[in-house]
Amino acid sequence: MSIDLKTIKHISKLARISVDEQRAEKLAGDLNSIFDFIEKLNELKTDNIEPLTSIAETTLKLRSDEVKSKNIREQIIKNSPQDNEDYFVVPKVIE
Amino acid sequence: MSDITKQSLTELVENIKNKKLSSTDVTKAFIDRSEKSEKLNAYITNDFTSALDKAKKFDQKPNFDFKLPGIPMAVKDLFCTKNIKTTAGSKILNNFIPTYESTVTENIWNEGAILLGKLNCDEFAMGSSNETSFFGNVQSPIDKNLVPGGSSGGSASAVAGQLTPVTIGTDTGGSIRQPASFTGIVGLKPTYGSCSRYGIVAFASSLDQAGPMAQNVKDCALLHEVISSYDPKDSTSIDFKRNHYGKELTNNIKGKKIGIPKEYRVDGMPKEIEDLWQKGIQYIKDCGAETIDISLPNTSYALPTYYIVAPAEASSNLARYDGVKYGFRAKGENLIDMYEKTRSEGFGAEVQRRIMIGTYVLSSGYYDAYYLKAQKVRKLIKNDFDEAYKKVDAILTPSTPSSAFKIGEKTNDPVSMYLNDIFTVPVNLAGLPGISIPAGHDSKGYPLGLQIIGKAFDEQNILNIAYAMEEKINFKNKITDWWIK
Repeated sequence: MSIDLKTIKHISKLARISVDEQRAEKLAGDLNSIFDFIEKLNELKTDNIEPLTSIAETTLKLRSDEVKSKNIREQIIKNSPQDNEDYFVVPKVIE
Repeated sequence: MSDITKQSLTELVENIKNKKLSSTDVTKAFIDRSEKSEKLNAYITNDFTSALDKAKKFDQKPNFDFKLPGIPMAVKDLFCTKNIKTTAGSKILNNFIPTYESTVTENIWNEGAILLGKLNCDEFAMGSSNETSFFGNVQSPIDKNLVPGGSSGGSASAVAGQLTPVTIGTDTGGSIRQPASFTGIVGLKPTYGSCSRYGIVAFASSLDQAGPMAQNVKDCALLHEVISSYDPKDSTSIDFKRNHYGKELTNNIKGKKIGIPKEYRVDGMPKEIEDLWQKGIQYIKDCGAETIDISLPNTSYALPTYYIVAPAEASSNLARYDGVKYGFRAKGENLIDMYEKTRSEGFGAEVQRRIMIGTYVLSSGYYDAYYLKAQKVRKLIKNDFDEAYKKVDAILTPSTPSSAFKIGEKTNDPVSMYLNDIFTVPVNLAGLPGISIPAGHDSKGYPLGLQIIGKAFDEQNILNIAYAMEEKINFKNKITDWWIK
């Protein structure tokens, strides 16, 4: 298989990472060599194998649905690149 | 005492308890050496002033019941530390100051230890050479041209270079064991679910584990005893009875059965590694244990599986870095443009590469072919270990297929970089514990490590085997202090 520039553009859009032409070419080369290596898995027949879903093989513990941290708005906002003390601020979304 | 930084953790604890040394003496010594060691680039952030204050406070009112009484310690910069910058080696977190503490580091401070600073690592722990860090590469105390390994490269360099008595790293595909092997120290990757992941910057959630790195096995066991705990804040933390790993450590491994997997004899592996492995087998026998040839037939599929599973999980985990809630933000013409520029400028090349792989294998039309296939193969790899453990108590392999490589040697070839983790990755995929111990030197004088892989939750057993072998190996790390002169 081969990952072309169109595919790179598509993935970069899905991943929300802008990629210019030069980097797109480099990425295509890298990804192709990585996927060549990954294709080795096709040697294995896995039709009747159950996929692994959890490594721990224990059932997840349940807990009661209680609020543990209250009034931490300040802490949550503290590291934001831009805020107005109550909310995160982002570029205008609605015209 | 001029040789404080040469002492092991066990000796330091002993000397502080016997009042031969104060916490201030010890803290000062490690700060002095750390300050003289800037060339190694092992630290991203130091907290020396506050460390000295804490040491003085400890000495005024010492508590010798602690397991780490007044012991200074630097930790990998992947652990969130309250009010201390935590970067994960990335530009995107360059200004991030957590408002909470990771459970693992909290356990350490609760036993009396004192934070020295935050250690360099590959960006988001993605790398095998500590060359992907936004804060520059780390140099190895072994030789200035060598990488220390990665991703816990700053941690390995700091322990081997005696900038900290012990440390903690994280291991997703080998990130504790490989750098430990490259720098001649001991590193343990615990069973998945043994150490809480709460407050650790996430890379691949089904693989990530925190673990201790130390000069010797006893120190490693002692630190593991402190960090391993059940934590309701991590839904995959497992509530099992934990040992007193340090106290219960024994070199009596008579009658243990150790498996030698033939599939780890890979093409192109240097003879020196094979010889080291054979020596390891002999040491095992000298300790009164037995070796048995075993097969882990799907070993060669582990790395391709890992390079689907880990990037897939990373692409989801790293979706949170959007320039809105915390971290770096680039200017954009609109919201989407802001996201795309933030992530393009904030993430380094290797992280972007892995997000792209992960996004691709999870994208519509490819999920079954890649992700589902990988989860099936992962099951086969785990079955291999389950089958082997019907016959043996533990498994012995080399830690890495070569000794440390040179800075810049593999940066242009991602696949050859990935191949470095060929012996460590299967352990993460199966959720098992593995420990790397220094076992010899190659012809260039660089350290080589052996790995002991255990059954799930059987850390005590592999620590015991490592302890017994360590005594026979009698390894001496060749640290010349090249960076200090």
